Amino acid sequence: MLKLSHISKTFNPGTVNEKSALSDISLSLETGEFVTIIGSNGAGKSTLFGAISGSLPTDSGRILLDGTDITRLPEYKRSKYIGRMFQDPLKGTAPHMTIEENLALAYLRASGRTSPFSMVSRAERERFREQLSQLGLGLESRMKQPVGLLSGGQRQALTLLMATVVTPKLLLLDEHTAALDPATAEKVLALTGDIVQKEHITCMMITHNIESALTLGNRTIIMSGGKIVFSLSGKEREGMTLESLMELFRQYTSKNLDSDKMLLREM
Amino acid sequence: MLSMTVVTGALELGCIYALVALALFLSFRILNIADMTTDGSFTLGCAVSAVMAVAGHPLLGIFLAMAAGSLAGFITAALQTRLGVPSILAGIITNTGLYTVNLAVMGFSSNVNMLKTTTVFSVLQSLLGKDSPYKLVLSFFTAAAVCALVVWFLNTRLGLSIRATGDNPDMVRASSINTGFTVTVGLCAANAITALSGAVLAQYQKTADINLGTGMVIIGLASLIIGETIFGRGGIALKAVGAVVGSVIYRFIIAVALRMNLPSECLKLISAVIVALAISMPYLQKKMRFCQKRRAACSGEGETAQC
Repeated sequence: MLKLSHISKTFNPGTVNEKSALSDISLSLETGEFVTIIGSNGAGKSTLFGAISGSLPTDSGRILLDGTDITRLPEYKRSKYIGRMFQDPLKGTAPHMTIEENLALAYLRASGRTSPFSMVSRAERERFREQLSQLGLGLESRMKQPVGLLSGGQRQALTLLMATVVTPKLLLLDEHTAALDPATAEKVLALTGDIVQKEHITCMMITHNIESALTLGNRTIIMSGGKIVFSLSGKEREGMTLESLMELFRQYTSKNLDSDKMLLREM
Repeated sequence: MLSMTVVTGALELGCIYALVALALFLSFRILNIADMTTDGSFTLGCAVSAVMAVAGHPLLGIFLAMAAGSLAGFITAALQTRLGVPSILAGIITNTGLYTVNLAVMGFSSNVNMLKTTTVFSVLQSLLGKDSPYKLVLSFFTAAAVCALVVWFLNTRLGLSIRATGDNPDMVRASSINTGFTVTVGLCAANAITALSGAVLAQYQKTADINLGTGMVIIGLASLIIGETIFGRGGIALKAVGAVVGSVIYRFIIAVALRMNLPSECLKLISAVIVALAISMPYLQKKMRFCQKRRAACSGEGETAQC
Protein backbone atom coordinates (compact mmCIF):
# COMPACT_ATOMS: atom_id res chain seq x y z
CA MET A 1 0.00 0.00 0.00
CA LEU A 2 2.72 2.44 1.03
CA LYS A 3 6.24 2.16 -0.30
CA LEU A 4 9.03 4.55 0.66
CA SER A 5 12.32 4.16 -1.14
CA HIS A 6 15.51 5.96 -0.11
CA ILE A 7 13.84 9.01 1.42
CA SER A 8 16.24 11.65 2.69
CA LYS A 9 15.66 15.06 4.20
CA THR A 10 18.27 17.48 5.54
CA PHE A 11 17.33 20.70 7.32
CA ASN A 12 19.46 23.82 6.78
CA PRO A 13 21.88 22.13 4.38
CA GLY A 14 25.28 23.76 4.08
CA THR A 15 25.04 25.69 7.36
CA VAL A 16 26.31 25.04 10.86
CA ASN A 17 22.78 24.02 11.78
CA GLU A 18 22.69 21.27 9.18
CA LYS A 19 20.68 18.36 10.46
CA SER A 20 19.95 15.16 8.67
CA ALA A 21 16.40 14.39 9.81
CA LEU A 22 15.81 11.44 7.51
CA SER A 23 18.63 9.53 5.91
CA ASP A 24 17.92 6.98 3.24
CA ILE A 25 14.72 5.58 4.69
CA SER A 26 13.04 2.69 2.91
CA LEU A 27 9.86 1.18 4.24
CA SER A 28 7.08 -0.91 2.80
CA LEU A 29 3.60 -1.33 4.28
CA GLU A 30 1.06 -3.95 3.26
CA THR A 31 -2.64 -3.08 3.08
CA GLY A 32 -4.16 -3.26 6.54
CA GLU A 33 -0.80 -3.19 8.30
CA PHE A 34 -0.72 -1.13 11.51
CA VAL A 35 2.78 0.09 12.37
CA THR A 36 3.66 1.72 15.65
CA ILE A 37 6.74 3.95 15.68
CA ILE A 38 8.87 4.72 18.71
CA GLY A 39 12.02 6.77 18.95
CA SER A 40 13.56 9.51 21.04
CA ASN A 41 12.95 13.20 20.37
CA GLY A 42 14.60 14.28 17.14
CA ALA A 43 14.72 10.76 15.75
CA GLY A 44 12.84 11.88 12.65
CA LYS A 45 9.42 10.36 13.35
CA SER A 46 7.38 13.48 12.70
CA THR A 47 9.62 14.42 9.78
CA LEU A 48 8.82 11.03 8.30
CA PHE A 49 5.10 11.79 8.61
CA GLY A 50 5.70 15.22 7.10
CA ALA A 51 7.42 13.60 4.13
CA ILE A 52 4.61 11.09 3.62
CA SER A 53 1.82 13.66 4.00
CA GLY A 54 3.58 16.26 1.87
CA SER A 55 3.92 19.05 4.44
CA LEU A 56 7.71 18.73 4.14
CA PRO A 57 9.29 18.39 0.70
CA THR A 58 11.87 15.61 0.61
CA ASP A 59 15.39 15.96 -0.82
CA SER A 60 15.50 12.60 -2.53
CA GLY A 61 13.69 9.30 -2.76
CA ARG A 62 10.27 8.21 -3.91
CA ILE A 63 6.94 7.72 -2.15
CA LEU A 64 4.37 5.38 -3.65
CA LEU A 65 0.85 5.17 -2.26
CA ASP A 66 -1.27 2.36 -3.63
CA GLY A 67 0.97 2.17 -6.68
CA THR A 68 0.81 5.90 -7.46
CA ASP A 69 3.88 8.10 -7.17
CA ILE A 70 2.92 10.92 -4.79
CA THR A 71 6.43 12.29 -4.20
CA ARG A 72 5.69 15.60 -5.93
CA LEU A 73 1.98 15.84 -5.15
CA PRO A 74 1.05 18.90 -3.04
CA GLU A 75 -0.13 18.31 0.53
CA TYR A 76 -3.80 19.12 -0.04
CA LYS A 77 -4.02 16.63 -2.89
CA ARG A 78 -2.43 13.84 -0.88
CA SER A 79 -4.69 14.38 2.07
CA LYS A 80 -7.61 13.16 0.02
CA TYR A 81 -6.16 9.68 0.58
CA ILE A 82 -4.20 10.21 3.79
CA GLY A 83 -5.95 10.86 7.09
CA ARG A 84 -3.89 12.65 9.73
CA MET A 85 -4.17 13.33 13.43
CA PHE A 86 -1.94 15.46 15.63
CA GLN A 87 -1.17 15.76 19.30
CA ASP A 88 -3.05 19.04 19.65
CA PRO A 89 -6.81 18.28 19.83
CA LEU A 90 -7.55 21.83 18.61
CA LYS A 91 -5.83 21.24 15.28
CA GLY A 92 -8.23 18.73 13.78
CA THR A 93 -11.64 20.39 13.98
CA ALA A 94 -13.21 23.77 13.22
CA PRO A 95 -14.47 25.16 16.56
CA HIS A 96 -17.24 27.43 15.28
CA MET A 97 -18.74 24.82 13.00
CA THR A 98 -21.13 22.24 14.41
CA ILE A 99 -20.24 18.58 14.89
CA GLU A 100 -22.43 17.76 11.93
CA GLU A 101 -20.81 20.39 9.71
CA ASN A 102 -17.32 19.19 10.62
CA LEU A 103 -18.26 15.64 9.71
CA ALA A 104 -19.99 16.80 6.53
CA LEU A 105 -16.84 18.63 5.44
CA ALA A 106 -14.64 15.61 6.15
CA TYR A 107 -17.09 13.36 4.36
CA LEU A 108 -17.57 15.55 1.30
CA ARG A 109 -13.87 16.23 0.77
CA ALA A 110 -12.88 12.59 0.96
CA SER A 111 -15.80 10.97 -0.82
CA GLY A 112 -15.60 10.74 -4.58
CA ARG A 113 -18.03 13.56 -5.27
CA THR A 114 -16.51 16.06 -7.64
CA SER A 115 -19.05 18.91 -7.59
CA PRO A 116 -17.96 21.75 -5.31
CA PHE A 117 -21.64 22.32 -4.60
CA SER A 118 -22.39 18.84 -3.34
CA MET A 119 -24.14 18.58 0.03
CA VAL A 120 -24.78 15.78 2.50
CA SER A 121 -28.14 14.09 2.29
CA ARG A 122 -30.43 13.28 5.17
CA ALA A 123 -29.44 9.62 4.97
CA GLU A 124 -25.78 10.54 5.26
CA ARG A 125 -26.51 12.73 8.26
CA GLU A 126 -28.26 9.77 9.82
CA ARG A 127 -25.14 7.73 9.19
CA PHE A 128 -23.02 10.36 10.94
CA ARG A 129 -25.31 10.05 13.95
CA GLU A 130 -24.85 6.30 13.97
CA GLN A 131 -21.08 6.55 13.70
CA LEU A 132 -21.00 9.17 16.45
CA SER A 133 -23.01 6.94 18.76
CA GLN A 134 -20.41 4.22 18.28
CA LEU A 135 -17.84 6.50 19.93
CA GLY A 136 -19.88 6.12 23.10
CA LEU A 137 -19.40 9.77 24.11
CA GLY A 138 -22.99 10.95 23.71
CA LEU A 139 -22.01 13.21 20.81
CA GLU A 140 -24.87 11.93 18.65
CA SER A 141 -27.33 14.09 20.58
CA ARG A 142 -25.16 17.20 20.21
CA MET A 143 -24.74 17.28 16.44
CA LYS A 144 -25.98 20.88 16.11
CA GLN A 145 -23.56 22.21 18.71
CA PRO A 146 -20.32 23.96 17.79
CA VAL A 147 -17.25 21.77 18.24
CA GLY A 148 -15.61 24.46 20.37
CA LEU A 149 -17.83 23.38 23.27
CA LEU A 150 -16.35 19.86 23.36
CA SER A 151 -13.51 18.71 25.60
CA GLY A 152 -10.09 17.87 24.19
CA GLY A 153 -10.77 14.14 24.33
CA GLN A 154 -14.14 14.50 22.62
CA ARG A 155 -12.59 16.68 19.93
CA GLN A 156 -9.83 14.15 19.37
CA ALA A 157 -12.36 11.32 19.10
CA LEU A 158 -14.33 13.41 16.60
CA THR A 159 -11.14 14.08 14.63
CA LEU A 160 -10.54 10.34 14.50
CA LEU A 161 -14.02 9.82 13.15
CA MET A 162 -13.51 12.63 10.61
CA ALA A 163 -10.24 11.09 9.44
CA THR A 164 -11.93 7.75 8.89
CA VAL A 165 -15.49 8.72 7.90
CA VAL A 166 -14.40 7.84 4.39
CA THR A 167 -11.84 5.05 4.77
CA PRO A 168 -8.44 6.59 3.95
CA LYS A 169 -5.74 4.64 2.15
CA LEU A 170 -3.37 5.56 4.95
CA LEU A 171 -3.90 6.92 8.46
CA LEU A 172 -1.06 8.83 10.16
CA LEU A 173 -1.36 9.30 13.92
CA ASP A 174 1.25 11.60 15.42
CA GLU A 175 1.05 11.07 19.21
CA HIS A 176 -2.66 11.72 18.95
CA THR A 177 -3.38 10.85 22.59
CA ALA A 178 -0.38 12.54 24.21
CA ALA A 179 -2.32 15.66 25.24
CA LEU A 180 -5.20 13.74 26.84
CA ASP A 181 -5.63 12.56 30.41
CA PRO A 182 -4.77 8.85 30.94
CA ALA A 183 -8.37 7.60 31.00
CA THR A 184 -9.41 9.57 27.91
CA ALA A 185 -6.20 8.62 26.14
CA GLU A 186 -6.97 4.97 26.75
CA LYS A 187 -10.47 5.40 25.38
CA VAL A 188 -9.29 7.19 22.23
CA LEU A 189 -6.59 4.54 21.73
CA ALA A 190 -9.15 1.77 22.06
CA LEU A 191 -11.39 3.55 19.54
CA THR A 192 -8.40 3.90 17.21
CA GLY A 193 -7.70 0.18 17.44
CA ASP A 194 -11.36 -0.69 16.81
CA ILE A 195 -11.84 1.59 13.82
CA VAL A 196 -8.52 0.68 12.20
CA GLN A 197 -9.25 -3.01 12.58
CA LYS A 198 -12.87 -2.82 11.48
CA GLU A 199 -12.17 -0.77 8.35
CA HIS A 200 -8.89 -2.60 7.67
CA ILE A 201 -7.01 0.72 7.42
CA THR A 202 -3.29 0.88 6.75
CA CYS A 203 -2.03 2.90 9.68
CA MET A 204 1.13 4.39 11.18
CA MET A 205 1.18 5.63 14.77
CA ILE A 206 3.91 7.55 16.54
CA THR A 207 3.85 7.07 20.30
CA HIS A 208 6.02 7.63 23.34
CA ASN A 209 4.12 5.01 25.22
CA ILE A 210 5.96 1.67 24.97
CA GLU A 211 2.89 -0.20 26.09
CA SER A 212 0.57 1.08 23.36
CA ALA A 213 3.40 0.64 20.85
CA LEU A 214 3.36 -3.06 21.68
CA THR A 215 -0.32 -3.73 22.27
CA LEU A 216 -1.68 -1.84 19.25
CA GLY A 217 -0.93 -2.81 15.67
CA ASN A 218 0.99 -5.67 14.16
CA ARG A 219 4.42 -4.18 13.64
CA THR A 220 6.70 -1.87 15.60
CA ILE A 221 9.66 0.09 14.30
CA ILE A 222 12.28 1.98 16.26
CA MET A 223 13.73 5.15 14.77
CA SER A 224 16.95 6.87 15.74
CA GLY A 225 19.03 9.57 14.07
CA GLY A 226 16.83 9.70 10.99
CA LYS A 227 17.00 5.96 10.36
CA ILE A 228 14.79 2.98 11.01
CA VAL A 229 17.06 1.01 13.30
CA PHE A 230 14.82 -1.89 14.18
CA SER A 231 11.66 -3.44 12.84
CA LEU A 232 9.64 -5.92 14.83
CA SER A 233 6.77 -8.04 13.62
CA GLY A 234 5.17 -11.47 13.66
CA LYS A 235 6.17 -14.09 16.25
CA GLU A 236 9.13 -12.10 17.47
CA ARG A 237 6.85 -9.18 18.33
CA GLU A 238 4.27 -11.38 20.01
CA GLY A 239 6.92 -12.77 22.30
CA MET A 240 8.02 -9.30 23.32
CA THR A 241 7.39 -7.98 26.82
CA LEU A 242 7.41 -4.34 27.83
CA GLU A 243 10.77 -4.82 29.53
CA SER A 244 12.39 -6.52 26.58
CA LEU A 245 11.14 -3.85 24.15
CA MET A 246 12.43 -1.17 26.50
CA GLU A 247 15.78 -2.95 26.63
CA LEU A 248 15.80 -3.17 22.85
CA PHE A 249 14.96 0.47 22.62
CA ARG A 250 17.85 1.42 24.90
CA GLN A 251 20.15 -0.70 22.91
CA TYR A 252 19.27 0.96 19.62
CA THR A 253 18.95 4.54 20.74
CA SER A 254 21.58 6.30 22.74
CA LYS A 255 19.03 8.53 24.41
CA ASN A 256 16.13 7.71 26.69
CA LEU A 257 12.63 7.22 25.39
CA ASP A 258 10.67 9.78 27.22
CA SER A 259 13.29 11.77 29.03
CA ASP A 260 11.35 13.04 32.04
CA LYS A 261 9.44 9.84 32.52
CA MET A 262 12.66 7.88 32.41
CA LEU A 263 14.33 10.23 34.83
CA LEU A 264 11.54 9.77 37.32
CA ARG A 265 11.67 6.04 37.04
CA GLU A 266 15.41 5.66 37.29
CA MET A 267 16.21 8.12 40.02
CA MET B 1 -42.86 60.45 14.17
CA LEU B 2 -41.71 58.64 11.05
CA SER B 3 -43.90 59.05 8.02
CA MET B 4 -44.74 56.14 5.76
CA THR B 5 -42.33 57.38 3.07
CA VAL B 6 -39.50 57.46 5.54
CA VAL B 7 -40.29 53.93 6.72
CA THR B 8 -40.44 52.47 3.21
CA GLY B 9 -37.33 54.42 2.28
CA ALA B 10 -35.45 52.94 5.23
CA LEU B 11 -36.72 49.46 4.36
CA GLU B 12 -35.66 49.81 0.73
CA LEU B 13 -32.21 51.16 1.53
CA GLY B 14 -31.85 48.63 4.33
CA CYS B 15 -32.45 45.78 1.92
CA ILE B 16 -30.05 47.19 -0.68
CA TYR B 17 -27.26 47.83 1.83
CA ALA B 18 -27.99 44.44 3.42
CA LEU B 19 -26.02 42.98 0.54
CA VAL B 20 -22.89 44.72 1.83
CA ALA B 21 -23.57 43.27 5.27
CA LEU B 22 -23.93 39.80 3.72
CA ALA B 23 -20.68 40.29 1.79
CA LEU B 24 -18.89 41.26 5.00
CA PHE B 25 -20.50 38.30 6.72
CA LEU B 26 -18.69 36.17 4.15
CA SER B 27 -15.33 37.92 4.30
CA PHE B 28 -15.15 39.25 7.87
CA ARG B 29 -17.01 36.57 9.80
CA ILE B 30 -16.61 33.43 7.68
CA LEU B 31 -13.15 33.95 6.18
CA ASN B 32 -11.90 36.09 9.07
CA ILE B 33 -10.50 38.70 6.68
CA ALA B 34 -11.23 42.41 7.07
CA ASP B 35 -11.73 43.07 3.38
CA MET B 36 -10.86 46.69 2.64
CA THR B 37 -11.75 46.22 -1.02
CA THR B 38 -15.38 46.73 0.00
CA ASP B 39 -15.45 50.54 -0.46
CA GLY B 40 -13.91 50.35 -3.91
CA SER B 41 -15.92 47.44 -5.19
CA PHE B 42 -19.15 49.08 -4.01
CA THR B 43 -18.34 52.17 -6.08
CA LEU B 44 -17.24 49.92 -8.94
CA GLY B 45 -20.66 48.27 -8.86
CA CYS B 46 -22.32 51.71 -8.91
CA ALA B 47 -20.20 52.91 -11.80
CA VAL B 48 -20.59 49.84 -14.02
CA SER B 49 -24.32 49.62 -13.40
CA ALA B 50 -24.87 53.35 -14.02
CA VAL B 51 -22.82 53.48 -17.21
CA MET B 52 -24.51 50.37 -18.58
CA ALA B 53 -27.98 51.69 -17.68
CA VAL B 54 -27.24 54.96 -19.48
CA ALA B 55 -26.17 52.85 -22.46
CA GLY B 56 -29.58 51.16 -22.33
CA HIS B 57 -28.76 47.86 -20.57
CA PRO B 58 -29.89 48.22 -16.94
CA LEU B 59 -30.18 44.50 -16.17
CA LEU B 60 -26.99 43.52 -17.97
CA GLY B 61 -25.32 46.34 -16.05
CA ILE B 62 -26.23 44.68 -12.75
CA PHE B 63 -24.65 41.38 -13.78
CA LEU B 64 -21.60 43.06 -15.28
CA ALA B 65 -21.20 45.00 -12.03
CA MET B 66 -21.11 41.70 -10.12
CA ALA B 67 -18.51 40.33 -12.51
CA ALA B 68 -16.41 43.47 -12.07
CA GLY B 69 -16.75 43.20 -8.29
CA SER B 70 -15.59 39.61 -8.25
CA LEU B 71 -12.62 40.60 -10.38
CA ALA B 72 -11.69 43.20 -7.74
CA GLY B 73 -12.01 40.48 -5.10
CA PHE B 74 -9.83 38.23 -7.19
CA ILE B 75 -7.06 40.82 -7.29
CA THR B 76 -7.17 41.26 -3.51
CA ALA B 77 -7.08 37.48 -3.08
CA ALA B 78 -4.22 37.09 -5.54
CA LEU B 79 -2.18 39.73 -3.69
CA GLN B 80 -2.74 37.73 -0.49
CA THR B 81 -2.41 34.17 -1.62
CA ARG B 82 0.13 34.45 -4.45
CA LEU B 83 2.24 37.44 -3.46
CA GLY B 84 2.17 37.21 0.33
CA VAL B 85 0.68 40.68 0.94
CA PRO B 86 -1.01 40.86 4.39
CA SER B 87 -4.80 40.69 3.95
CA ILE B 88 -5.70 44.19 5.16
CA LEU B 89 -2.96 45.75 3.05
CA ALA B 90 -4.04 43.74 0.00
CA GLY B 91 -7.55 45.19 0.31
CA ILE B 92 -6.26 48.74 0.74
CA ILE B 93 -4.00 48.39 -2.31
CA THR B 94 -6.87 47.16 -4.51
CA ASN B 95 -9.14 49.84 -3.08
CA THR B 96 -6.65 52.57 -3.93
CA GLY B 97 -6.24 51.28 -7.46
CA LEU B 98 -10.00 50.99 -7.88
CA TYR B 99 -10.44 54.73 -7.39
CA THR B 100 -8.81 55.36 -10.76
CA VAL B 101 -10.60 52.40 -12.32
CA ASN B 102 -13.96 53.67 -11.09
CA LEU B 103 -13.29 57.15 -12.48
CA ALA B 104 -12.30 55.57 -15.78
CA VAL B 105 -15.49 53.50 -15.89
CA MET B 106 -17.51 56.68 -15.46
CA GLY B 107 -15.58 58.30 -18.32
CA PHE B 108 -13.26 60.24 -15.98
CA SER B 109 -16.15 62.11 -14.49
CA SER B 110 -16.88 62.00 -10.78
CA ASN B 111 -20.58 61.24 -11.27
CA VAL B 112 -23.12 59.81 -13.67
CA ASN B 113 -26.64 61.17 -13.83
CA MET B 114 -29.47 58.83 -14.76
CA LEU B 115 -32.55 61.00 -14.28
CA LYS B 116 -34.18 59.98 -17.56
CA THR B 117 -32.56 56.56 -17.84
CA THR B 118 -34.45 53.29 -17.85
CA THR B 119 -33.44 51.34 -14.73
CA VAL B 120 -34.38 47.92 -13.38
CA PHE B 121 -36.68 49.81 -11.03
CA SER B 122 -38.48 51.68 -13.79
CA VAL B 123 -38.82 48.45 -15.76
CA LEU B 124 -40.45 46.76 -12.78
CA GLN B 125 -42.65 49.80 -12.24
CA SER B 126 -44.04 49.50 -15.74
CA LEU B 127 -44.67 45.81 -15.09
CA LEU B 128 -46.31 46.12 -11.66
CA GLY B 129 -48.13 49.38 -12.14
CA LYS B 130 -47.40 52.97 -11.24
CA ASP B 131 -48.51 52.91 -7.62
CA SER B 132 -47.13 49.50 -6.69
CA PRO B 133 -44.36 49.25 -4.08
CA TYR B 134 -42.00 48.19 -6.87
CA LYS B 135 -38.89 49.62 -5.18
CA LEU B 136 -39.50 47.68 -2.02
CA VAL B 137 -40.38 44.52 -3.93
CA LEU B 138 -37.19 44.59 -5.96
CA SER B 139 -34.83 45.45 -3.11
CA PHE B 140 -36.48 42.99 -0.73
CA PHE B 141 -36.37 40.09 -3.17
CA THR B 142 -32.77 40.84 -4.13
CA ALA B 143 -31.73 40.77 -0.48
CA ALA B 144 -33.78 37.63 0.22
CA ALA B 145 -32.41 35.81 -2.82
CA VAL B 146 -28.77 36.64 -2.03
CA CYS B 147 -29.34 35.73 1.62
CA ALA B 148 -30.78 32.35 0.64
CA LEU B 149 -27.98 31.78 -1.85
CA VAL B 150 -25.30 32.56 0.75
CA VAL B 151 -26.90 30.17 3.27
CA TRP B 152 -27.18 27.41 0.69
CA PHE B 153 -23.61 27.97 -0.52
CA LEU B 154 -22.12 27.81 2.98
CA ASN B 155 -23.48 24.27 3.40
CA THR B 156 -22.01 22.91 0.18
CA ARG B 157 -18.63 21.23 0.04
CA LEU B 158 -16.95 24.41 -1.19
CA GLY B 159 -18.82 26.56 1.33
CA LEU B 160 -17.89 24.30 4.24
CA SER B 161 -14.27 24.37 3.06
CA ILE B 162 -14.34 28.18 3.03
CA ARG B 163 -15.78 28.22 6.54
CA ALA B 164 -13.11 25.85 7.80
CA THR B 165 -10.42 28.02 6.17
CA GLY B 166 -11.53 30.99 8.24
CA ASP B 167 -12.19 28.97 11.37
CA ASN B 168 -9.14 26.74 11.73
CA PRO B 169 -6.30 27.25 9.23
CA ASP B 170 -4.27 24.52 10.99
CA MET B 171 -6.94 21.95 10.32
CA VAL B 172 -7.42 23.05 6.75
CA ARG B 173 -3.74 22.76 5.93
CA ALA B 174 -3.82 19.12 6.98
CA SER B 175 -6.93 18.39 4.95
CA SER B 176 -7.49 18.30 1.24
CA ILE B 177 -8.43 21.95 1.01
CA ASN B 178 -6.39 24.39 -1.03
CA THR B 179 -6.52 27.51 1.16
CA GLY B 180 -5.42 29.79 -1.68
CA PHE B 181 -8.41 28.63 -3.66
CA THR B 182 -10.97 28.90 -0.86
CA VAL B 183 -9.79 32.42 0.09
CA THR B 184 -10.02 33.45 -3.57
CA VAL B 185 -13.53 32.06 -4.03
CA GLY B 186 -14.68 33.67 -0.78
CA LEU B 187 -13.32 37.12 -1.64
CA CYS B 188 -14.65 36.97 -5.22
CA ALA B 189 -18.12 36.05 -3.95
CA ALA B 190 -18.06 38.72 -1.24
CA ASN B 191 -17.02 41.48 -3.63
CA ALA B 192 -19.51 40.39 -6.26
CA ILE B 193 -22.24 40.81 -3.63
CA THR B 194 -20.84 44.19 -2.57
CA ALA B 195 -20.79 45.34 -6.20
CA LEU B 196 -24.35 44.08 -6.61
CA SER B 197 -25.34 46.30 -3.72
CA GLY B 198 -23.69 49.31 -5.38
CA ALA B 199 -25.23 48.41 -8.73
CA VAL B 200 -28.76 48.27 -7.33
CA LEU B 201 -28.23 51.45 -5.31
CA ALA B 202 -27.04 53.43 -8.34
CA GLN B 203 -30.16 52.54 -10.31
CA TYR B 204 -32.34 53.07 -7.22
CA GLN B 205 -31.20 56.64 -6.64
CA LYS B 206 -30.57 57.31 -10.33
CA THR B 207 -27.09 58.59 -9.79
CA ALA B 208 -23.59 57.25 -9.31
CA ASP B 209 -20.85 59.13 -7.55
CA ILE B 210 -17.17 58.36 -7.06
CA ASN B 211 -17.52 58.82 -3.29
CA LEU B 212 -20.58 56.61 -2.79
CA GLY B 213 -18.53 53.73 -1.42
CA THR B 214 -16.48 55.70 1.08
CA GLY B 215 -16.90 54.23 4.54
CA MET B 216 -19.02 51.37 3.19
CA VAL B 217 -16.97 48.75 5.04
CA ILE B 218 -17.81 50.43 8.36
CA ILE B 219 -21.50 50.79 7.51
CA GLY B 220 -21.61 47.12 6.52
CA LEU B 221 -19.86 46.07 9.70
CA ALA B 222 -22.21 48.18 11.81
CA SER B 223 -25.21 46.46 10.20
CA LEU B 224 -23.64 43.04 10.60
CA ILE B 225 -22.90 43.60 14.27
CA ILE B 226 -26.32 45.08 15.03
CA GLY B 227 -27.80 41.92 13.53
CA GLU B 228 -25.50 39.69 15.56
CA THR B 229 -26.34 41.50 18.77
CA ILE B 230 -30.06 41.01 18.20
CA PHE B 231 -30.02 37.44 16.90
CA GLY B 232 -27.15 36.26 19.05
CA ARG B 233 -25.68 32.83 18.59
CA GLY B 234 -27.21 30.53 16.08
CA GLY B 235 -26.71 28.69 12.85
CA ILE B 236 -25.53 30.13 9.57
CA ALA B 237 -29.09 30.84 8.37
CA LEU B 238 -29.91 32.89 11.46
CA LYS B 239 -26.68 34.84 11.16
CA ALA B 240 -27.30 35.66 7.51
CA VAL B 241 -30.85 36.81 8.23
CA GLY B 242 -29.41 38.80 11.13
CA ALA B 243 -27.13 40.67 8.74
CA VAL B 244 -30.14 41.72 6.62
CA VAL B 245 -32.21 42.74 9.63
CA GLY B 246 -29.22 44.59 11.10
CA SER B 247 -28.88 46.58 7.91
CA VAL B 248 -32.56 47.58 7.96
CA ILE B 249 -32.26 48.63 11.60
CA TYR B 250 -29.17 50.66 10.80
CA ARG B 251 -31.13 52.51 8.12
CA PHE B 252 -33.87 53.23 10.64
CA ILE B 253 -31.31 54.64 13.07
CA ILE B 254 -30.03 56.88 10.27
CA ALA B 255 -33.58 57.91 9.33
CA VAL B 256 -34.30 58.88 12.93
CA ALA B 257 -31.02 60.75 13.15
CA LEU B 258 -31.90 62.71 10.01
CA ARG B 259 -35.37 63.32 11.40
CA MET B 260 -33.82 64.91 14.46
CA ASN B 261 -32.24 67.41 12.09
CA LEU B 262 -28.79 65.95 12.48
CA PRO B 263 -26.70 67.19 9.56
CA SER B 264 -25.98 64.35 7.13
CA GLU B 265 -22.25 65.06 7.44
CA CYS B 266 -22.43 63.54 10.93
CA LEU B 267 -23.56 60.13 9.69
CA LYS B 268 -20.09 58.73 9.16
CA LEU B 269 -19.10 59.68 12.70
CA ILE B 270 -22.25 58.05 14.08
CA SER B 271 -21.49 54.90 12.10
CA ALA B 272 -17.94 54.85 13.42
CA VAL B 273 -19.18 55.19 17.01
CA ILE B 274 -21.76 52.43 16.52
CA VAL B 275 -19.14 50.04 15.14
CA ALA B 276 -16.58 50.86 17.81
CA LEU B 277 -19.16 50.34 20.56
CA ALA B 278 -20.63 47.20 19.04
CA ILE B 279 -17.28 45.50 18.44
CA SER B 280 -15.95 46.34 21.89
CA MET B 281 -19.19 45.36 23.64
CA PRO B 282 -18.42 41.66 24.24
CA TYR B 283 -14.98 42.55 25.61
CA LEU B 284 -16.37 45.27 27.88
CA GLN B 285 -19.09 42.94 29.16
CA LYS B 286 -16.53 40.31 30.04
CA LYS B 287 -14.38 42.84 31.84
CA MET B 288 -17.35 44.18 33.71
CA ARG B 289 -18.39 40.73 34.90
CA PHE B 290 -14.85 40.09 36.08
CA CYS B 291 -14.76 43.37 38.01
CA GLN B 292 -18.12 42.65 39.63
CA LYS B 293 -17.02 39.19 40.69
CA ARG B 294 -13.79 40.54 42.13
CA ARG B 295 -15.62 43.23 44.02
CA ALA B 296 -18.10 40.68 45.35
CA ALA B 297 -15.29 38.37 46.42
CA CYS B 298 -13.42 41.16 48.16
CA SER B 299 -16.43 42.53 50.04
CA GLY B 300 -17.32 39.01 51.12
CA GLU B 301 -13.99 38.61 52.85
CA GLY B 302 -14.14 42.10 54.29
CA GLU B 303 -10.92 43.09 52.62
CA THR B 304 -10.38 46.31 50.79
CA ALA B 305 -6.97 45.76 49.30
CA GLN B 306 -6.53 45.42 45.56
CA CYS B 307 -10.17 46.15 44.78
